[in-house]
Order: sequence, then structure tokens, then C-alpha cells
Amino acid sequence: MPSDRRYRGDRPSWLVRGGAFAGLAFMHIPVLVIILYAFTTEDRTYQFPPPGLTLRWFEAAFARADIWQSLTLSLGVAACATVVAMILGTLAAFALARSSFRGKDALTVMFVLPIALPGIVTGIALLAAMKLGRIDPSFFTIVAGHATFCLVIVYNNVVARLRRLPSNWVEASMDLGADGSQTLRYVLLPQVATAFLAGGMLAFALSFDEIIVTIFTAGNQRTLPIWFFNELFRPRDRPITNVVAVIVIAVTLLPIVLAYYLTRPDDEHETAH
Amino acid sequence: MRAASTFFWRRPYWYLALLLVPPLLWFGTVYLGSLIALLAQSFYRIDDFTAQIVREPTLATYGQLVTQPANVDIVVRTVTMAIAVTITCALIALPIATYMARYATGRMKALFYVGVMLPMWTSYLVKVYAWRLLLAKEGIIAWFVGKLGLTGLLDALLATPAVGGPSLSSSYIGMFLVFVYMWLPFMILPMAAALERVPGSLLQASADLGARPAQTFRNVVLPLAIPGIAAGSVFTFSLTLGDYIIPSVVGAPGYFIGMMVYVQQGTAGNIPLAAAFSVVPIVLIFVYLSIAKRFGAFDAL
Repeated sequence: MPSDRRYRGDRPSWLVRGGAFAGLAFMHIPVLVIILYAFTTEDRTYQFPPPGLTLRWFEAAFARADIWQSLTLSLGVAACATVVAMILGTLAAFALARSSFRGKDALTVMFVLPIALPGIVTGIALLAAMKLGRIDPSFFTIVAGHATFCLVIVYNNVVARLRRLPSNWVEASMDLGADGSQTLRYVLLPQVATAFLAGGMLAFALSFDEIIVTIFTAGNQRTLPIWFFNELFRPRDRPITNVVAVIVIAVTLLPIVLAYYLTRPDDEHETAH
Repeated sequence: MRAASTFFWRRPYWYLALLLVPPLLWFGTVYLGSLIALLAQSFYRIDDFTAQIVREPTLATYGQLVTQPANVDIVVRTVTMAIAVTITCALIALPIATYMARYATGRMKALFYVGVMLPMWTSYLVKVYAWRLLLAKEGIIAWFVGKLGLTGLLDALLATPAVGGPSLSSSYIGMFLVFVYMWLPFMILPMAAALERVPGSLLQASADLGARPAQTFRNVVLPLAIPGIAAGSVFTFSLTLGDYIIPSVVGAPGYFIGMMVYVQQGTAGNIPLAAAFSVVPIVLIFVYLSIAKRFGAFDAL
């Protein structure tokens, strides 16, 4: 019955369907191309299709000391920034999720500023402050910059979960005789744990891959993205660059996929209602 | 322990303060402190002869920014690009978001959500690099266009004055493509979230009242999706305004705000001008946020 189909609206027009799938393909092709190029036997041009496939460049990349150095620096920065962000972001989320007080709106806006303003603003602001305060770039200046926007990611994840939590759970727990710390331990924390971890994973991935802010705070240290950035302008080892690209994709996507699975059961639970 | 928790339960403000002090200290010193330092630097100027920064409050640097035509051009160029990218992202995102929010179910829906999330979180630099390979003169796009026998069309496109160039990777068209690609997921996700929230009963009511699907879409679905589009556009607009890597890797030689900030603080050593330039996107974003807020962007973030 045509009228039935019409009001349920369960048949997308070919335009919507075609547009959706074409858009999805558009989003994936470039990444697939990079992965393909990491295996090409051609080392001078970006000839397409590649004349042959090899694993030789992976071996060459793993033998390079500068890549290992950059990789360990990036992993170290990401780990430190994530820890700071998880602690501070969660505290802020607990404070702002339910309460209402004067100036709360201003604080909420402030906590999204580092992702609402372009990254270069954060970068140049940190640099301006470092110049004024005569602080030399170091491992800690990189971590400070990263923790600031990673904090926002953790905050967003945890605050969203806390807001979805029915407020009467806390009251019920108190009515049943639990004190604040027991309520926190048995009611709030188990509910928030996955959002907390997912926020941490996303923060780690974000920090590992960050370049826009890092360039301003790193001085002459080379995180993996900075190594990559330099190769973009002075390509010396194209095949090695392609391999590093694949490594970067792998290191960032692993925590993202984990974060997705950590937050997914909750979504299913929500749609079931 | 119990005494402590009772204490804080009775005095919620103490509890709040205890929670808020560490993140606020961090944010206040590292982030807001830096932003204030940035503002302060923008009111300094650089001495033309000694190339030293003169630490006295002056509007000279801002004067330089607004009076030199080259600087005004940079701002206009960047804003034009940001608007074009935002509109294009919204147009491409609309069918994707509509399909994933309203039609896809079960596995297909999961596929779409993961399919949008993965490229969004894939390394920024790797994606830029990938586009350089795609757009290169002997790159994949040129190869593909050649296979289709459309090389003439591509050449005609590249011959367009102002936006064209010798190859896709050195034209504004190429840069525009990269920007659209990079920020598309940031538009799709809030848009899909807004569309998910449209109640099915409204669509039924609209159909019962005799609207055709296209009319329902235009008069019911689209207005309800506006907060999502506004939220997404904050990202696409802001990200384009501040980016300096994409314009320096792909595109024509004209400067963008982000590149100007980068070059001025780096090789030129002119932190005051870099600071003044970075205040431009801050002001633009605040103007944009206040407009977006009217369309309900904050409820959809």
C-alpha cells in the first residue's frame, strides 16, 4: 500500500541511499590508498597502480633509530597527557554534571574552548606564555599542551554518561543507608567506568597524533607526527614515510576501536528502552 | 569517612569546590593564562630596526593587520574558504546522516557509525599525506580521470581563474577538496545525532496531514536537524579557520590565517603579529558561536 510506505518513510530515495554510500566510500579511499602504498615496490614515484608488493620497507623502518626515538617520545607524551586528562577531566565532569551554581555556564563554555577554538590558537597561546615566562620547550611543555585538550575529551565523555544516569539512583542509594563514598563506589563509579576508560583511549589517540599544538610547544624535539611533518616538506624516504603512516594509523585506531566497544553496550541498552 | 561524606553532603559547595579546584587550577594557569599571554603579546609590537619585541601596550600591530591590504586579503581568503567548506560539508553530510539516522538499522547502522568514526579518528597527518598522493600530477585522481577519458574536463577545471592551478595539488580546488574531506565526519555525527532525535510520531502526523515525503523532509525533518547542522558547522568553520598544515601542503601559494601565524612566530620571529593574527579566528569563532547558539547548536553538541 503506497500510503502506508509513505508515512513510515522507511524507503530512502535513491538519492539519499546513493549519496550515503558514495560519501562513505569517499571517506575511506584515501586511507586505503596509503596502506596500499606502504607495500609498493616502487620507491621514487607514487605510480598507480603499484608495480608490485613487498614487506621490505617495514623492515627498513624498524631498523631506523630516529623513528624509534620519535615513537617512544610520542607514546610517553600521550601516556602522561592521558593520565593528567583522565584525573582532571573526571573531576570537572563530576563537579559540573548535575550541580547548578552561578557561573556554571561560563565554566561549561570554558571547558569546551580548547576544541571549539582552532588548535593553532592553543598552540600560539602556549608559545606566547612560554616566551613571556621564559620557559624552555621540554617534554613537559608538550604534555601540558596535550593534557589541556585531552582533558576536554575525557570531560565530555564522563559528563555525558553522568547526565544520562537517573538522578534518583543516587537518592535511592542514600535512602538505603549508603554514605557518599559508598554511593560513589557502588553506584556512580561502575556506571562511569566505561565512559572514563573510553575518554582515556580517545585522549591517548588524540595526543599520539597531535601536530598543530605540538609544533609550538616541542622546540626541537621530534614526536612521531613532527617527524612525519618534516618528511612532508623534505621527502627523503618516501617508502619509510608510508610505513610510518601505517604505524600511526594502527596506534591511533586501536584505542579508538576499544573506546567504541567500551561505550557501545550502553548505547544498545539505551535504544532498548 | 562517613563523617567526611556527611560533611560534604551538607555543604554541597565545599564538595563542588573540592572537585573543581584541581581542573580549574590547571585550566586557569595553562590554558587561560596562555590565552591572556597571547592577548598581551598582540598588544606589543616589533621594532622594525632591531627586530626586538617592544613590551609596551600599543595598537600598532593591530593597525598593521587591518591596514595592509595583503593581511586583509589573507583574512578574506580564509573566511571564504571556511564558509565554502562548511556549506559543502553540510550538503554532502545530509544524505549520509539521513540514511544512518533514519533508514539504516542493525548492522548497517553500526557499519555507518563505525565507518564515519574511523576516518574521523585516523591520523590527521596521514590523511593530509594521502591527499597529496591522490592529488599529485601523476597521482591516482589524474590516473583515474585519464582512464575515464575526462582529462580535458580536469584541465578545463584547473584552468579556472583564481581557484585553478597547474595541478590539483597546487590549486585552491585541491585544498578545498582536502578540507571538505577532513572535516566531513565532524558535520555528519552531530547532524545524525539531531536526526536520531526527531520523533517518528511527527513524521506520521505530517504524512497523515497529507504531506509528501519531500514536504515532510523540508518542513519537519530539516528544521529539527538545524541544531545538529549548526553544531557541525562550528567544527567545520573553526577547523578550517585555524588550519595551517593543509594550506601549506596542498594548494596555491596564497597565505591563510593559520599559515601567517605559523610563519610570523617562526622564521619571521614576529610574535606580536602572529598573536594579533590568531585573535582574528577567536573573534570570528565567538561571533559564529553566538549565531550558532541561536540555532540551538549547544543543545546538539
